[in-house]
Amino acid sequence: MKITGAKMVIESLREERVDVVFGYPGGAIMNVYDEIYKQGFFQHILTRHEQAAIHAAEGYAKSTGKVGVAIVTSGPGFTNAVTGLADAYMDSIPLVVISGQVPTTIIGTDGFQEIDAVGISRPCTKHNYLVNDVKDLPRIIKEAFHIASTGRPGPVHIDIPKDVTADVGEFKYPKEVDLPTYKPTVNYNKRQLKKAMTAIAKSKKPLFYVGGGAILANCAYEIRELAELTNIPVVETLMARGVMGDDHKLLIGMLGMHGEFAANMAAHDTDCIISLGARFDDRVTGRLDEFAKKAKVVHIDIDPTSIAKLVHTNYPIVGDLKVTVEAMIETAKETEFNDYTNWVSLLRDYREKEPLRFNDSDSVIKPQWVIKRVGELLGENAIISTDVGQHQMWTAQFYPFSFPRQFNTSGGLGTMGFGLPAAMGVARGNKDKISINFTGDGSILMNIQELMTCVENKLPVINIILNNSYLGMVRQWQTLFYENRISQTDLSLQPDFKMLVEAFGGVGYRVKTKKEFEEALNDAIEKKKPAMIDVVVSRDEIVLPMVPNGHALNEMTLIGDNNE
Amino acid sequence: MNNFNHYYDTETIRRVISVIVINEHNALSRIVGLFSARGYNIDSLTVAPIIGSEYSRMTIVTTGDKRVIDQIVKQLNKLIPVLKVNEHQNVIEKETVLIKIPIDQPLSDIDVIARAYNGHIQNVTDDAIVISATDEPSRIANFTNIMSKFKPLEVVRSGVVAMER
Repeated sequence: MKITGAKMVIESLREERVDVVFGYPGGAIMNVYDEIYKQGFFQHILTRHEQAAIHAAEGYAKSTGKVGVAIVTSGPGFTNAVTGLADAYMDSIPLVVISGQVPTTIIGTDGFQEIDAVGISRPCTKHNYLVNDVKDLPRIIKEAFHIASTGRPGPVHIDIPKDVTADVGEFKYPKEVDLPTYKPTVNYNKRQLKKAMTAIAKSKKPLFYVGGGAILANCAYEIRELAELTNIPVVETLMARGVMGDDHKLLIGMLGMHGEFAANMAAHDTDCIISLGARFDDRVTGRLDEFAKKAKVVHIDIDPTSIAKLVHTNYPIVGDLKVTVEAMIETAKETEFNDYTNWVSLLRDYREKEPLRFNDSDSVIKPQWVIKRVGELLGENAIISTDVGQHQMWTAQFYPFSFPRQFNTSGGLGTMGFGLPAAMGVARGNKDKISINFTGDGSILMNIQELMTCVENKLPVINIILNNSYLGMVRQWQTLFYENRISQTDLSLQPDFKMLVEAFGGVGYRVKTKKEFEEALNDAIEKKKPAMIDVVVSRDEIVLPMVPNGHALNEMTLIGDNNE
Repeated sequence: MNNFNHYYDTETIRRVISVIVINEHNALSRIVGLFSARGYNIDSLTVAPIIGSEYSRMTIVTTGDKRVIDQIVKQLNKLIPVLKVNEHQNVIEKETVLIKIPIDQPLSDIDVIARAYNGHIQNVTDDAIVISATDEPSRIANFTNIMSKFKPLEVVRSGVVAMER
């Protein structure tokens, strides 16, 4: 029984048990879309822009742990998707993205809607394929799902020319992948781990430094157990928010450029830093040669290139984080650790003396209050997405995250326009939770057309705009480092967001008081419709604490230093 | 002390790396793209298929400090089509050069010098001779330098091939 390449794509997705695909049709991918029309086992969600299709697949993948799938056409369809691919690549999100391509006979002739897609996606994907022959299709799709979801996850791009989707061939979906050149290390080196555990047990001020890898490896609860067993305090990166749960006694908070005082001081003072799925990103370390400089470094990572990339590592361990942490728990049960009580209580003192806080006001809504209040009202019943900017940092600081995959943000690439489509993907994958998108008046306009997708597919995303009429984060830097020259960041001229969302068929609110906000939020939850709450917040709030560029973590501008 | 400057030598070293990679149309661009994207140097790169297999061998000569060389090897290993990366410490390196020299230059002098570098006259036409030499890259560099005084019309160097001793 021979079938077309297009049908092979559909059958392969069925074999992979895909239940939703985000996409946008076009000329070169039409054969596949014809097969999508004929099938009934997965849902296709038509986004209104290809970038949003990828971000939605990311939100779906990140919040459910499955592989996200997106389908786009050639040329501009594919180039629109590149930002999404780069975003997924930087945050290691497992995706399979299929793009159409002009027929093989036209490739290289500058045909209509032709672009060298694999050439463009090479630096922003984990791997990519240009399919030359229909008989390779099942194998390539099988490999793509395997590569995307194993080792350090990432996006895989498959470019399929139109004649390949029209050609017919025998379809047999492989059971196993045969990739002799791709064998990610799963099992850690036992001797190395033993040495590392001995070093940790002998240290006086150890610290677990946890990154997004802990969430990707599904080992948040094991890390909690390990911390409790050893009584070692934990700091989280932006991507790891939710790993410990915010009421955990051993959580010292988020560290980095906008991390809190206690967490940054912990990283500065520690004598043994244990990196669990983190990669010493520049936004975390501040000035590199001052970062944790008294510390021995234990670095556990699935990706060997992350180890010793930025800091010298005393105990490099390559392996799957979950497997390794489980082994650490077993070892810890038989190991005498130093008593870290004083170290933990010192850090907790720091937290109490210098907590994250803001000067609340009754005359104007403070952006931090909005996030805190949503946290109090919804807590663990919501999954939070954000765009990029001040609101993103405040969300990371003030929302009480309690479980992994509850926080969905663009960390590595910092993509404005990520929030709304990602929150759609979250809503599609998590019907039992409320999908909230905290966004800014700048970011929201970058993918505003997706309100149509939300309305069409009944995805009740609640967008909360912290509207300060500024491109806030850039404005903050202009204020601090460019003598207040507000270059192109004043967004005073803006649409009526309430009318805008209503034009799409959603529900809109514009609120100026706390009471109005709470009423709007409750109303939006009750209506179960896509909503946008435009919250007018105080204009000049800045994100603090802050480690200015080129400074060490202990050289923070603190909240108290803010001359309000 | 976690500052690299204290830990790693920042001294620049030259390394010969060979990469065994699946023969596919994208493999070379992946490797070259990796070097340019991450700002690594390529001093020379040669590729040829390995007979009787689906793989090719690339020999790359690069320079960088220890940390950079370390990263290059790891990043190459991370590429999906790469089977194996060898960082050579003790290798035989060879390079070939072809030089075209006008016929009116002193041929006997050229011949003598060429022999000193394992070279030969390969071809003679009405207006030029072509000499070739195969030797260690540093000696080939010397040879090319010396030959430059004979007003060469064209110089073509092959790039380095290498093998563990």
